[in-house]
Amino acid sequence: MIEIDGLSKFYDNKAAVDAVSMTVETGTITVIVGTSGSGKTTLLRMINRLETADAGEVRIHGEATDSLAPHLLRRRIGYAIQGHGLFPHYTIARNIGAVPALLGWPEDQIRARVDELLSLFSMEPAQFRDRYPAELSGGQQQRVGVARALASRPDLLLMDEPFGALDPIIRARAQDDLRRIQRALGSTILLVTHDMEEAIRLGDRIAVMDGGRLVQHGSPTGIIRNPATGFVAEMVGGVERPLRLLSLLPVADIVEPGTAPGEAIAPTTNLRDALALCLWSGRDALPVQTDDGRAARVTLKAIRAQAQGPG
Amino acid sequence: MRTYLRPALAVLLLALVVWPERFSWLFAPFAPQGGPVIYSRTSLLSLSLNHLALVLIATLAATLVAVGMAILVTRPFGAAFRPLSRTVTNIGQTFPPVAVLALAVPALGFGEGPTLVALFLYGLLPIFENAIAGLSTVSPTVLDAARGIGLTRLQRLIRIELPLALPVILNGIRLSAIIALGTATIGSTVAAKTLGEVIIAGLLTNNTAFVLQGGLIVGLFAVLLYDLMVQLEQRISARLGL
Repeated sequence: MIEIDGLSKFYDNKAAVDAVSMTVETGTITVIVGTSGSGKTTLLRMINRLETADAGEVRIHGEATDSLAPHLLRRRIGYAIQGHGLFPHYTIARNIGAVPALLGWPEDQIRARVDELLSLFSMEPAQFRDRYPAELSGGQQQRVGVARALASRPDLLLMDEPFGALDPIIRARAQDDLRRIQRALGSTILLVTHDMEEAIRLGDRIAVMDGGRLVQHGSPTGIIRNPATGFVAEMVGGVERPLRLLSLLPVADIVEPGTAPGEAIAPTTNLRDALALCLWSGRDALPVQTDDGRAARVTLKAIRAQAQGPG
Repeated sequence: MRTYLRPALAVLLLALVVWPERFSWLFAPFAPQGGPVIYSRTSLLSLSLNHLALVLIATLAATLVAVGMAILVTRPFGAAFRPLSRTVTNIGQTFPPVAVLALAVPALGFGEGPTLVALFLYGLLPIFENAIAGLSTVSPTVLDAARGIGLTRLQRLIRIELPLALPVILNGIRLSAIIALGTATIGSTVAAKTLGEVIIAGLLTNNTAFVLQGGLIVGLFAVLLYDLMVQLEQRISARLGL
C-alpha cells in the first residue's frame, strides 16, 4: 500500500502541488490524469524524490520514503518515462538489468530476469538481448523501457506518460500489454497521463488533478457517472461519456436469455464494442457465447439503458 | 584505395625515419652544391621518438586538465565558472606558441620544458570546448532516467555522461594532438629535441633538402595519427552503439 499524505510543492510561493493525499492499493493501477500544468508530473516525481516535497510525506508499506537516501529509494521504485530514456550505449540486456546490477544481483540471476521480461513483452530474448536501443522500433524501445522499470520487482512502478510518444495503434497495444503484465505480476502502478481515454482503459482507480489539487479520486465508472466538478466532467468528455462508460462494462453484466441472429460474441466483450457491432450490422440484439450452450443474447435496448446518465 | 594507402604511407614514414640515407637521390636536387643531403647530426629516429613523446605528454596533460575542467563547469555547482574557464582556455589558444616559448624560457630554461608548456596551453581549448559540448548534449531524458533508476551523481558521470560524450571528446583530443604535432617543431628554437631541428637547420643553412625531410616526416606523422584516431573514434562509437 502506498500512502501519499498531504504532499505539497511550491514554486515562487505558488502551489504546483497542493496538499495531495491518496492511497494506492497494492496490485492496482492508479492513473493520475490532468492537463499540463496540473502538477501531476511533479506529484509523481516527488514520490521517488526526483523533486523534493515542501510538505507532506509518502509511505510505502508504512515506511516513510525520506528515511532512505534518494538513490537507494529510487532503486526500489520502478521508473518509466515518455521517450523511454534508454541508455544508448548499453545493450538491451544491460538496460533491462541496470537496476538489478545496481542492487548487486548475481550475474546469472540478472540474465534469467532479463530473458523472462523480454519474453513477457513478446520479444525473443536471443534476438533482442545483445542489440542496442537505436536498432529497435519506437514500440520496442518503449517496451524495453517498461521492462527496465520492472526488472527488480519494485514495490511500486511510476510511469510518466509512458506511451505519449507512440502512434495510436502501437499505443493501444502497449496499453493492453501493460494491463496483461500488471495482472500477471501483480505490480502496483502509478501512471501519469493527460489522456482520459488511456486512464479509463488502464486505471483501476483514476485520480483527476487540476491546478495542483486532487479534485476527484475514484473508480472509472464512478468518475464518469458522477464527476465531482465541471473540470472533471469536461475531462471525461461531454459527448463521449456514454461511450466511455459502455467501454468499461462487459456484455456478461446484462446478458439475458433469448436468441439473436448472427455469430455469438464473447461475454467479456465490452458494451461499446457490442453497440458498434449492433449499429454496423443493423441488428437489435447479438447472441452471446455461454459455457453450457444455452441461448443468450444482449439487446440494444439493454445497452442503451446502461449508457444513460443519472439525470 | 585507403586500404592500400595507409600501410604504404606508414612504410614510407618508417623508411624515411630509419634509413634516411636511402632517400639521398630524392633530396639531392634540393641540397646546396656540395652540401649535405641527409640530416645526420642527430638520428631522425630519436628525434621522431622525442617529438612524439612531447606531443603525447602535452596532449595527455591537456586532456586531463581540460576534461576535468569541463566536468566541473557542467556540474550545477561549477556552472558559475564556465565563462571564466572559457576565457582562460581561449587566451591559451590566442597566445602564439612562439610567444609562450619566449616567455617560458626565462622561467624554465632551454629544452623540453617551455615546449611542453606551449603545447599544453595550446591543446587545452579544443579538448575543453569539445568536452563541454559532449557533456552538455547528453539527452536530458536519458539523464532523467539515470537519476530515476537510482544512479548516484558519480555513477551517472562515469557510466552515462562520459561514455556518451566520449566520441566528441576524442574528436577534440585528435584536433589537439594534430596541432601539437605541428607546433612541436617550433620547440627546436629553444633547443627541444624535435623534428623541428631538421627544418631549422635547413633554414639556417639554406638547405631545402633538410626542410623537406623534416616537413615530410612531420606531415606523414600528422596524416597517420589523424587517421589512426579517426579509426579509434569510429570503433568506440560503434562499441557504444551510437
